[in-house]
Amino acid sequence: MITIKKIAARALLAGAGAVFYSHSAWALLPIQHWTEGNGAKVYLVESPVIPMVDVQIDFDAGTRRDPAGQSGLASAVAMMASKGVKALGNAPALDENGLGEAWADLGANFEAAADNDALHYTLRSLTDPPLLDQAARLAARQIGEPSWPADLWPRDRARWSASIKESLTRPSTVAAHAFGAAVYGGHPYGVRTTAETLARISVADMQAFHSQHIAACRAKVSIVGAVTRAQAQTLVATLLSRLPASTGCAPLPPVAEIAALTAPAEQNIPFTSAQAHVLIGQPGFQRRDPDFVPLLVGNHILGGGGFVSRLTNEVREKRGLSYSVYSYFASGLHAGAFTVGLQTRPDQAAQAVQVSRDVIARFVAEGPTEAELRAAKDKLIGGFELRIDSNKKLLGNVANIAWNDLPLDYLDQWAKKVEALTVADVRTAMAKKLQPERMVTVVVGGKQP
Amino acid sequence: MQLIVQPDRRAPTAVHMVWLRVGSMDEVDGVTGVAHVLEHMLFKGTKTLQPGEFSRRVAALGGRENAFTSRDYTGYYQQIPSNRLEDVMKLESDRFANNQWPDEEFKKEIEVVKEERRLRTEDQPRAMLAEQLFATTFIAAPYRRPIVGWMSDLDAMTPDDVRAFYRQWYTPTNAAVVVAGDVDVAQVRALAEKYYGSLPTHVLPARKPRAEPEQKGLRRIAVKAPAEQAYVALAFRAPSLRRVDNLTDADRDALALMVLSAVFNGYDGARLDRALTQGDNRVADSASSSAMVTGRGPSLFMLSGVPAAGKTAQQVEDALRAEVARVAQGGVSEAELTRVKTQWIASTVYERDSVMSQAQELGGNWVQGFPLDANERLLALLRTVTPAQVQAVAAKYFGDDQLTVATLLPQPLDAPRPRALPAPGAARH
Repeated sequence: MITIKKIAARALLAGAGAVFYSHSAWALLPIQHWTEGNGAKVYLVESPVIPMVDVQIDFDAGTRRDPAGQSGLASAVAMMASKGVKALGNAPALDENGLGEAWADLGANFEAAADNDALHYTLRSLTDPPLLDQAARLAARQIGEPSWPADLWPRDRARWSASIKESLTRPSTVAAHAFGAAVYGGHPYGVRTTAETLARISVADMQAFHSQHIAACRAKVSIVGAVTRAQAQTLVATLLSRLPASTGCAPLPPVAEIAALTAPAEQNIPFTSAQAHVLIGQPGFQRRDPDFVPLLVGNHILGGGGFVSRLTNEVREKRGLSYSVYSYFASGLHAGAFTVGLQTRPDQAAQAVQVSRDVIARFVAEGPTEAELRAAKDKLIGGFELRIDSNKKLLGNVANIAWNDLPLDYLDQWAKKVEALTVADVRTAMAKKLQPERMVTVVVGGKQP
Repeated sequence: MQLIVQPDRRAPTAVHMVWLRVGSMDEVDGVTGVAHVLEHMLFKGTKTLQPGEFSRRVAALGGRENAFTSRDYTGYYQQIPSNRLEDVMKLESDRFANNQWPDEEFKKEIEVVKEERRLRTEDQPRAMLAEQLFATTFIAAPYRRPIVGWMSDLDAMTPDDVRAFYRQWYTPTNAAVVVAGDVDVAQVRALAEKYYGSLPTHVLPARKPRAEPEQKGLRRIAVKAPAEQAYVALAFRAPSLRRVDNLTDADRDALALMVLSAVFNGYDGARLDRALTQGDNRVADSASSSAMVTGRGPSLFMLSGVPAAGKTAQQVEDALRAEVARVAQGGVSEAELTRVKTQWIASTVYERDSVMSQAQELGGNWVQGFPLDANERLLALLRTVTPAQVQAVAAKYFGDDQLTVATLLPQPLDAPRPRALPAPGAARH
């Protein structure tokens, strides 16, 4: 990461009187971007110091695209990537154990998972050429030609269903489910996977989902590591080589947006546990919202800033009510929830809810103080390098830029945007998105045995 | 006080840590959890800083921070832009030497710690089981007590208990500073001398060995908790890795146990997965192993598993022990050994990506009294472990007499159970 060193050198030259954002001159962070002939969009940061590479390939095949009644399908497709691959030329078919051994023998890691928006494959490998080539070829088979072993799905479905059932014995899970249902209505972001939805999923459904969504022309590939652009191109070509050639991807059907809440809702769910789990919130905003930065900063001050936030101060520091109290926006392609969460002894739950509501309402009405905004800027801008000081963290930033079609100089502009914010900007943005009088409150706990 | 510096010039950031060779194992009965409570109170002020001011200052520097307490050690860290290193060294050395807070701050924070215990232990059946398993496995050794402390000890803890522990154990001779990142060694040394070099020292309390007597027979406990799935954990007493050169037989056995655990559980489709979680008659939904052989206290080899639907914890226990017996009788293959060694070698490369984990390793090694290059030595040693050594330890350490078994008996959510009522006086008014 020679480039980053240069940035640091420039920062020192800027001198002590420099404004805060001058020491993160992010124009110098070179994200190379191009589109392959097969349509795949590639984002590369060359980081040559350690002989390793991290790759993330994102597809628009997250759980929001689970068909109605089949919640869990996208995650099942991701899971089946590690259950076996078909034979290819001289390379024999491999079952789940063969794959596990092969990755261990390469000293590499390959995983697949689905979140709300994306189904992503990740690869971490050494860059020794023969090793990386083998790793890429093996990953390609798992991405493109899983063997879909039908006999393993009933086993994995049973295991998955059992763990869902187990999770429902925890107050945190029960609270999250009630909260998701109330905040999202019927939107896929709030639909949960159950034994029943899994029972409706067949291997054929997985294959259909895979062939509809997992195509080279739909891939966004983010790469950070000790590879040149030419090596990265070879790597991408190999990784996507087992997907069928396509002549262009028709747009996928749109997914409905999340409806705003029209009235407040409160659920007190009796549950026998040492703590009550409290969640308060509402639909938030889309990641592409132009107010993303003031909302990020606003949330930082409200409850996102670790030991230094209004919620932590009022709930934990002043009153000792909870070990953990936080707020966040789960922004994605849709308006993922704004959530305030805490856990407290059941007899204190009502008090903790009241304190949290007061903090939220007051913050939305008044916005931050000048001092709070200055402190947030100092922390976020001063600590900006901490967001990119490893390949893994860089990969997260690059994949974020890729997924959300952010400008390549997004990181370059970020600190300036934060620095330029006024108290009014933050207050206005938060007040536009948050309606404390129409929030969902879920309290799980307090059942007398 | 020792200083350990690991330059890594990839990004203009650094991590600064202070490690203390004191953890929950250094507590005595009646004040369990005090090492961890003290860790919380270090954020509550100094002679010159108000409660919470430390965190506000670190944030103003653009820093991230936290702290951690284990059985063996306590640590504090800040991740910062590297040009802010001096600021955090100044702050950290101040609270190391001058931690001070009014009783009122303790009264609030002890409630936070109790909430932490409820969150992490009381509402987590498998964590509760682990707590009881350690309490049963160890009789004399202080590892028998939970790091967070027993609830009644937290209820009874006083501000002066915490202050006394601080005065006893927080002295430069019991601590190390670890700095990793975009730093110059000579500069860091000068700063360390400036901020830590002149701190007053005092004599540490004697560390009584409190050695665990030999276990004379199998111990078995049940833990009832609201759950759907049963769970079983087996703890076998094991030898410890106490050094990374001039190894004793016990050290060599500990190494072989690390390899055995990797052969069991080190990759997808390794032995435990294959034997317990696959096939038409699989007994488990998951199974794992862990060789806990480095630490200041006694060592354990752990096996655990979650029964599949229709199977019992006893069947999982039997299957886990059958896998040990299979290695004891048939050994392991060269291919398996080569595989786990390849993984370790690769992981040492990947670990270089995180400045934080480099610093954590250096601190962890210091706690053990290991040399700075302990990781390289350990890797070299692991590469010398042979199939015969792995087979030998599988035959040697897995009998009944050194074993404690804990089984989780799932209870319906609505079953009556003792409720953790707040102790008199503990409720806030």
